[in-house]
Amino acid sequence: MAILDVTHLRKSFGSLTAVDDVSFGLEAGQLVGLLGPNGAGKTTTVSMIAGLVTPDRGEVLVGGKRLTGDTDPAKRRIGLVPQDLALYEELSARDNLRFFGALYGLSGAPLEKAISQSLDLVGLSDRARDAVKVFSGGMKRRMNLAAGILHDPDILLLDEPTVGVDPQSRNAIFDNLELLKARGKALLYTTHYMEEAERLADRIVIIDHGRVIADDTLAGLERSAAAAGGPITLESVFLTLTGRSLRD
Amino acid sequence: MLTPLAAMVRKDLQLFFSDRRSVIVSFFVPIAIASFFGSIFSGPSKNGEPARIAVMVVDHDDSAISKAIVAGAQGDRNFNVAIADDAAARDSVRRGKTSVAVVIPKGFGDKSGAALFGNGEKPELQTLYDPSRATELAMVRGIMTEHVMQAVSREMFGGAQGRAYLEKTIPQVEASTMNAQQKALLLELLRSVNGFYDAGGTGGAGRPGGGLTMPYVVKEEAVTAGSNVAYNGYAHSFAGMGIQFLLFAMANLGVEMLLERQRGLWKRLRSAPVSRRTLLLGKGISGAIISLLILAVSFAFSMIVFGVRVDGGWAGFVGIAVACSIMASTFGILVAALGNTPATARGVTTLAVLMMVMLGGAWVPTFIFPAWLQQFTLIVPVRWAVDGLDAMTWRGIGSSGAVVPILVLLAFAAAFSAVAAARFRWEET
Repeated sequence: MAILDVTHLRKSFGSLTAVDDVSFGLEAGQLVGLLGPNGAGKTTTVSMIAGLVTPDRGEVLVGGKRLTGDTDPAKRRIGLVPQDLALYEELSARDNLRFFGALYGLSGAPLEKAISQSLDLVGLSDRARDAVKVFSGGMKRRMNLAAGILHDPDILLLDEPTVGVDPQSRNAIFDNLELLKARGKALLYTTHYMEEAERLADRIVIIDHGRVIADDTLAGLERSAAAAGGPITLESVFLTLTGRSLRD
Repeated sequence: MLTPLAAMVRKDLQLFFSDRRSVIVSFFVPIAIASFFGSIFSGPSKNGEPARIAVMVVDHDDSAISKAIVAGAQGDRNFNVAIADDAAARDSVRRGKTSVAVVIPKGFGDKSGAALFGNGEKPELQTLYDPSRATELAMVRGIMTEHVMQAVSREMFGGAQGRAYLEKTIPQVEASTMNAQQKALLLELLRSVNGFYDAGGTGGAGRPGGGLTMPYVVKEEAVTAGSNVAYNGYAHSFAGMGIQFLLFAMANLGVEMLLERQRGLWKRLRSAPVSRRTLLLGKGISGAIISLLILAVSFAFSMIVFGVRVDGGWAGFVGIAVACSIMASTFGILVAALGNTPATARGVTTLAVLMMVMLGGAWVPTFIFPAWLQQFTLIVPVRWAVDGLDAMTWRGIGSSGAVVPILVLLAFAAAFSAVAAARFRWEET
């Protein structure tokens, strides 16, 4: 049974329809890659799932239940790793996590334990007291992930979490995500990088112009492409489906 | 709700105090500026002298009367008199070194003496003044009138110039064609004055008498918190500057909220199971605490260093400080709600804060404004804050005098909150 169900989501901004009838599901221990060109509607979809944007239509079900507002306890089951480095640069890594943990009602010993576990996972335990502003880009990306998993969510929404990081940090983040998946977490991962989806995703949802145009496993997508007589890499499948015109 | 709320407040305080520039601007700059303004507007100290007005006198007449006028001006405690020629006086006024130059023309003594008795044309006493210091001209005019009247009357009723004038005038009256009865009366008066001179009634030892003087003395009482309590201008300047800088600090809080949005931090905040009310309340409380600290530090400094006292009532003082802090904090949230980008919000709010503090009397007293503007300033919260703090400090009005300012400030806070809540952009894309 899917832990996250997205059904017929639609969102418009003025005359622009950013997301149009998007549906997919996500199961525990599964990583779904959400792929699409710039402006395809990936971030808006993630924002609706995280409760940042109210859908015009459709619904988001967490564990079969619809989210009912800002303070719905079910929001604790969702963790968000936004594309931006959403951290307080002047605060230390530990103080950042202390604050974000408190937003989820954590305090005292459980909070301190969660902070230690998160920092351990992303390999920043020895830098816990340092201000985030002195971190490298890769370290900040890992901190961004630590803040998202701090409250031990069942569902992790990752919006291009490896933008601008070096191969070492990217690899470390992949290892973290595979570990989380092995622990039974459900991960929704948006990215532009095909090799990331190829390495991590159990299933791939390709979205363009706000609509889902493919939803299958990597092998399934490649089989479809081969049957159509085309090349069989994910990138070629992606370009075949979304076209080669430049997107802004 | 309490854990997230407390975390929001703690985090904002941590961020504020980790920014050294903010701390310096918010705590030390207002103290420095308020100290400067306070020293200007406090008036003379108990043992000090008032600032003297720089006056130049050009004496073309060199008569007994003109010399007496110059001597009177030089002895006046309000003036710092220098003697100069025309060119030097005009140049000094133009350069702003002298506020007013008084030019006594040739023949002033003779003409003014005659004019005192209603005969002849009144002579001109020319003044050259710095137009940027017109208020000092008014003071100089008033004080010089006293010295001129005293010098002319003293000379005409006792000096050599007056006797010479009588000796010249008596034959003219005798030869005149005026009514015989009037002529006799006038001649009797003039001869009596001459007799007065001959009898030595000139103030003793041939010196002229005292002349006309002001027929009253002014007893001035500054109405402050009590009859023995001197006005302390630092109380007003610290209130004004404290409020100005806490408004700047809170405007900055609003800009920081916009920066948080730009950095994606509001995505994290909004994705957490925290209500919108808690998010805004957290900002509001941390802002109010910072505002209150700014006021507390400013006034503590003014009390320790400049002897500012809360003569009105501590309850009222604290009430106004708290209400003012809440108002300022909600102003910051309003900035975040109405601002599009941090850069534009910073520019617009700087202008808004400066307008509010100017109109609110934080820089200059509101009584110098035109009547319509004084009425208009009642819709400026700073006016209520400054007036309220003045009432609780040097004016010494009891805590009951704080009720209206507190209610008005809280009403402003409620209005700012309502607009902010209605206009705040909650959706994060």
